[in-house]
Amino acid sequence: MKSLLGQLEHSYETRKGYWKGGTVGVRGYGAGVIPRFSEVADKYKESAEFHTLRIMPPAGMHYDTGTLRKMCDVWEKYGSGLIAFHGQSGDIMFQGCSTENVQPAFDELNEMGFDLGGAGAGVRTSMSCVGASRCEHSCYDEGKAMRMVINNMLDDMHRPSLPYKFKAKFSGCANDCVNASHRSDFAVLGTWADDIKVDQAKIQEKVAEMGRKAFNDQVVNMCPTRALSLNDDDTLDIDNESCVRCMHCINVCTKAMSPGDEKGVTILMGGKRTLKIGDLMGTVVVPFHKMEDEDDYEWLVELSENVLDFFAENALEHERTGEMIERIGLVNFLEGIDIEVDPNMVSHPRTSSYVRMDGWDEEVEKWNARKGAAAAE
Amino acid sequence: MSEAQEAPRMPDECGVPDGMAFMHPALKKNYGNWDYHDRPQVGVLHHVAKDGSEVWTVKAGTQRQMDVYTIRKLCDIADELAGGHVRFTTRSNIEYMVESAAEVEPLIARLESEGFPVGGTGNSVSMISHTQGWLHCDIPGTDASGVVKSLMDAMYHEFKHEEMPNRVKITTSCCQINCGGQGDIAINIQHTKPPIINHDLVSNMCERPAVVARCPVAAIRPALVNGKATLEVDEKKCICCGACFPPCPPMQINDPVNSKIAIWVGGKHSSTRSKPSFHKLVAAGIPNNAPRWPEATEIVLKILAAYKEGGKPWERMNEWIDRIGWPRFFEVTGLPFTKFHIEDWRGGRSTLNASSHVHL
Repeated sequence: MKSLLGQLEHSYETRKGYWKGGTVGVRGYGAGVIPRFSEVADKYKESAEFHTLRIMPPAGMHYDTGTLRKMCDVWEKYGSGLIAFHGQSGDIMFQGCSTENVQPAFDELNEMGFDLGGAGAGVRTSMSCVGASRCEHSCYDEGKAMRMVINNMLDDMHRPSLPYKFKAKFSGCANDCVNASHRSDFAVLGTWADDIKVDQAKIQEKVAEMGRKAFNDQVVNMCPTRALSLNDDDTLDIDNESCVRCMHCINVCTKAMSPGDEKGVTILMGGKRTLKIGDLMGTVVVPFHKMEDEDDYEWLVELSENVLDFFAENALEHERTGEMIERIGLVNFLEGIDIEVDPNMVSHPRTSSYVRMDGWDEEVEKWNARKGAAAAE
Repeated sequence: MSEAQEAPRMPDECGVPDGMAFMHPALKKNYGNWDYHDRPQVGVLHHVAKDGSEVWTVKAGTQRQMDVYTIRKLCDIADELAGGHVRFTTRSNIEYMVESAAEVEPLIARLESEGFPVGGTGNSVSMISHTQGWLHCDIPGTDASGVVKSLMDAMYHEFKHEEMPNRVKITTSCCQINCGGQGDIAINIQHTKPPIINHDLVSNMCERPAVVARCPVAAIRPALVNGKATLEVDEKKCICCGACFPPCPPMQINDPVNSKIAIWVGGKHSSTRSKPSFHKLVAAGIPNNAPRWPEATEIVLKILAAYKEGGKPWERMNEWIDRIGWPRFFEVTGLPFTKFHIEDWRGGRSTLNASSHVHL
């Protein structure tokens, strides 16, 4: 540690970093250890090798102190004693390990029931929000969905051979507390299909508490789709067909309003940060899918598998899912993962007339058939 | 011999552990059965389950990068005052859960006395989501924890009070890859000069075609220098993004003087009210001034003060700016608007104002 701080001080003085990568790992895995060799090891001997083990935390980042203390003991024995809770992908980062100690440190953590996370061109460690464990907004079992999806992709996490990284994140509602929309290729966000729930007596209490002007300013007028209106008796008029499940009114009126009963998920795909063509938002690929029983969770796992397979086969080297979608077009991507087009996928229909429309009639028939089938249900 | 031939231990590929095994019993008992919550005071959340059971959560800031003594101290607090369970938030705050209101104050007092500020809830400035920097990254333009410490010291009051129009999520990143992510305010390294190439090392250390392919503007091409295969950069085309540096360390992009700091505002992850948005450039050319980064801190405080003053309740940074308009933003923050603020890439035209809506 003393030596690490020496090197850090050196960086502060010269305003440059002095770490380089390399190849360090554990038996059986091809990723999960971030190798760090010091370029100034002659001056700061103890930081010559300062590798990081990325360890996946329990879903929801819950801990008992016994587990944390055991982790500390392992890291005091084999590492520098420096642990980060948590890295930006969600890993517990055990920082500062010699090459020689990486294997025994991992073995002990692995014996405790913890596994290495992702690095490089593979599936990365995931995050799910606090969700059902302590939040009334939770629209599905976030931890369960995350574990089922990620634990089904461990081979592509631990033996990475994808075109580039693949991230999935799981938030229980549109508040998106784990930043899934921007920060993941596969963003699962909780939502609901039926009407928002409202307790009108409690709305009246809330209006009385806030004052009518404040309620109008802070709740009614902030609805993004103008779906709310305050009635003369201080109850709330809700145009549920226009509601986009943005969560705002529920956030303000935590006691009076809550998500509906038909809970499920909206899935966005292709979000990422800068490298290489600039930031990309995730795009709606699944507008809604219910999350009620085991079959629904199995459906989610299967979908994630299809997306990962398509990405593995079709992305160019160092291309993320979003860049691939941009290159091949959303429609080709949807065909590849066997999902039908839906107007919820666009902000608005095309504005450019430069397009070939071969097969228009067949596409119209498909739409009508789908609508007919839905109406018959 | 038999010992030597024993098969080595192979990993138990157990994956993500089940949170249930580590969860506070009150959270486990009410899993999926919560009714509502409120915030009785800053740093405290109060959740009520449908069966009437209650849980109070006390949220405290941590330094994220912790030594084992600090973690054990946090564990002692949990063992003595919070039933031996904790959880961490995505922004590295720690949360303690208790089942009666009476247990809240002693917990806060203890955390504060041990140096962990209680706050970060609701419309406060929460912990900065950040990166590794000089401490551990192989391509850092600046430090991470040090920058965060300097900024959070300056925003201590805002962490401990809920006085902002809505929550403020700040991020820092030590290169343009932006591992800290989008934020209401993002403080990121911005390189301003092309890489300086050590031609003696390129052929040994870099997979040259991969480096050429990495460049977003096709400014890198193979070259021969002093008889050695290397790479060269068309400096007129180069946008100084630094994408070539990770796969090719001899293309040094970090520079003590020319790696500057840029500040971006209005990034928003949630779909709450407005759709998610990316953060936008507002200030650049700020010196990477370790150890306390006073110039960057001053600008962040200026932006925060303007938002605090002008934002309406529940407006996030981007929503406040959408309402008042960019001309007013630059006016109230006192920041200069330059030609560099205008997007000039192919898709950038969609960011221009195509209406007669002007703020005068």
